[in-house]
Amino acid sequence: MTILANILVIFFISVGLIFIAVTAIGLFRLPDLYTRAHAASKSSTLGVMCILLGVFLHFWLNEGHFNPGILLGILFLFITGPVGAHIMSRSSYLAGVKPWKGTVRDDLKEEFERMKKEQGIK
Amino acid sequence: MKVNNVILQFTTKIVFFIIFFFAVHIFFAGHYTPGGGFVGGLVTASAIVLLLVAFDLKTVRSLLPINYIYMVAIGLLIALGTAAIAMFLDEPFFTHFFDYFYLPLFGKTSLHTAALFDFGVYLVVVGVTMTIIQTIGEDE
Repeated sequence: MTILANILVIFFISVGLIFIAVTAIGLFRLPDLYTRAHAASKSSTLGVMCILLGVFLHFWLNEGHFNPGILLGILFLFITGPVGAHIMSRSSYLAGVKPWKGTVRDDLKEEFERMKKEQGIK
Repeated sequence: MKVNNVILQFTTKIVFFIIFFFAVHIFFAGHYTPGGGFVGGLVTASAIVLLLVAFDLKTVRSLLPINYIYMVAIGLLIALGTAAIAMFLDEPFFTHFFDYFYLPLFGKTSLHTAALFDFGVYLVVVGVTMTIIQTIGEDE
């Protein structure tokens, strides 16, 4: 039982660490803000959730202490992480940050122009 | 520029309750675990600030029609009152009392007057933080 619990804990924490390392590499290597936001929001959220799950399982199975606060933290990160990335990338689009030059499709542009015309800006 | 904030507003409606109930948990857990009135008050204030970010000042004021300056005053009065209870019972100022009660649903519970003092601190912290933020936010 302890071995099984330890295997689970080590699995979740190392998967989380790998995802966070991938996030850091993505932040260095990707060319523009939107691709970086994509890397930073998805993989770091999953990584931190995996680490929290590992910590939760360690305290539950090895120490016998059921801590619902960690589960609440997982839920909270799962809700707020992607929304934060969405707000940041949209506000930078509205502020005029251009996507990478290899981008072939920009669906938001028409909507953005329409919105500007409707509200009479420029 | 006016934009449509559906995602932020809908998330706020859910996340506000998570943060608020976590603040209540921190407040009541303060006697035996880390937490207490100060942290609970700050977390509650941050939940209200999240509402302020997602909606605007006027909407939040109609949602929570609280005058935060009165909230500070009431908190200070509660803190002073709990400290003064002991004076009327021939004990030194700030002596706290506790006893065990059998409440329905909770079972044996220890109730302590320090929790009332903490509630005063909680009200003061929420009131001061919200007063500062609303005053800065109102300036045009």
